[in-house]
Amino acid sequence: MSTEKSSIDLTKNNTYRSVKDKVFLWTVIVISIITISPIVMIIGKLVWKGFRQINFSFFTAVTPSTFEAMTAVANGEIIPGGIVNGITGTLLLVLMASLIAIPVGIIIGLFLYENPGKRYADLIRNLSDILQGVPSIVLGLIAYLWVVKNITQGYSALAGSVALAIMMLPLIIRSTEETMKMIPGTLKEAGLALGVPYYKVIIKVLIPSGISGLSTGVLLAISRILGETAPLMLTTLGNPMINWDVTAPTSAVPLLIWDFYNDPNMVDLIWSSSLFLMGFVLTLNIISKRISAKSKA
Amino acid sequence: MNKNIDVIENPVLKVEDLCIAYNKSDSKYAVKNVNVTVKKNSITAIMGPSGCGKSTMLRAINRMHELYPDIKTEGKIYLNGENIMKMDTIQLRRKIGMVFQRPNPFPTMSIYDNVIAGYKLNGIRIKKSERDDIVERSLTNVALWDEVKDSLHKKGTFLSGGQQQRLCIARSIAFQPDVILLDEPTSALDPIATSKVEDLLVELQKDYTIVLVTHNMSQAARISEYSMFMYLGDLVEYGKTDMMFTNPRNKKTEEYLTGKFG
Repeated sequence: MSTEKSSIDLTKNNTYRSVKDKVFLWTVIVISIITISPIVMIIGKLVWKGFRQINFSFFTAVTPSTFEAMTAVANGEIIPGGIVNGITGTLLLVLMASLIAIPVGIIIGLFLYENPGKRYADLIRNLSDILQGVPSIVLGLIAYLWVVKNITQGYSALAGSVALAIMMLPLIIRSTEETMKMIPGTLKEAGLALGVPYYKVIIKVLIPSGISGLSTGVLLAISRILGETAPLMLTTLGNPMINWDVTAPTSAVPLLIWDFYNDPNMVDLIWSSSLFLMGFVLTLNIISKRISAKSKA
Repeated sequence: MNKNIDVIENPVLKVEDLCIAYNKSDSKYAVKNVNVTVKKNSITAIMGPSGCGKSTMLRAINRMHELYPDIKTEGKIYLNGENIMKMDTIQLRRKIGMVFQRPNPFPTMSIYDNVIAGYKLNGIRIKKSERDDIVERSLTNVALWDEVKDSLHKKGTFLSGGQQQRLCIARSIAFQPDVILLDEPTSALDPIATSKVEDLLVELQKDYTIVLVTHNMSQAARISEYSMFMYLGDLVEYGKTDMMFTNPRNKKTEEYLTGKFG
């Protein structure tokens, strides 16, 4: 009798539970669709509106003049020219910012990892967190004051790189410290137990062991600064031609998007440039995810 | 002199009045006034319940504690008559190798590179033929050569736990140290791997002096020649292992060995 009773209870319970389960499952599905729909819509819109402009000359020619664009639009053709001055400018800026920020950021990150709980290290960690919260336009102003006014005596790629490097620093510092913390302490002890000096343990054991984490951090920092526009407006200004001179004004993809936005004839180029930038950032993100997944396997 | 602690003539290691505290400002000692001598070319086991200071004492012998600035070490330790506190830590650690509780081969290095890691990381240049010899000799000594000779350039982390631990022992003997310290080397291994490591240690004592911390008193009984029993930071008894297991001199030792606590 007792078995019969308990089986009835179970069935009753089961219907209630399965209803609860279904309701919860569908709630989760709906919420996750709402969550991912913006990214799907953004990419869809960019591809839809931008793909027509993506052709060979998009990657090889400099930006067209307003007149060329106006004629093309009037004749119903696609706008000639491309954004190669922006692409090279962005590469130059990112390269220089990385040259400044990666060594400094990794060294500071290692310092924080080596000195946990020390007052000076805590101060640096807090300051770096605050730095991360500084609005990018303020960093642009600072770079303007420091570099544009005093060093290059005019708008320059160097000034933009300095602003971007300051933005990268806290990200690299944090990711370096977190990566080093993940490396088992026994590895450090194993190196030291072999009579290896401390600095060699850091260079030859700890950094190689954490290289995937470090490169993930660097790639994410780069993808973070790729789309920065505000600080560049105040520092690199823009340039209609390809420029590799760090002391001269330079263009960048996000700056071009802003320029296109302000020119009613170039609207189509906004979308293709945005698509390019988005694709670039997305690729970096995917690469960094791959690297960190590979290191965990 | 404590009558429960044997003294060995011409010891490799001599520990004098060793006190270790984990907090500089505190007077709570994890190891209290230990005086002990270790015999050359033998296995000496340090046993005792958790928290009795056995690992703490072992790690003092190659000055691993200096990594952690809060730890205070007092007393003297002599290696072949030389005070290790006055030696250069780098030279010291080349003479006193260490194997850890969990196998920790360098994950970025191949098996080959792991064995000669001591040379590689220190930037000591040796001929390729010499390197090959060291790798083969060390791996043969730890009975790993036949298992890995065809995959020397694979990553060390692909090996099983027991193989990894033997690789770590090979790494520590590549420098031909005088003493090898092992901190519960088999606690993460299964019984078969454990017995392989134990056989290996018995073989290695011909050439090296081995000091082994173990949580497992039967392991001490199986392989060690001398045993220390520590309790709450004190060295309670030290002597020949078979004597200690058959006829313990201290009541605490007897209680531990008969399983009354621990």
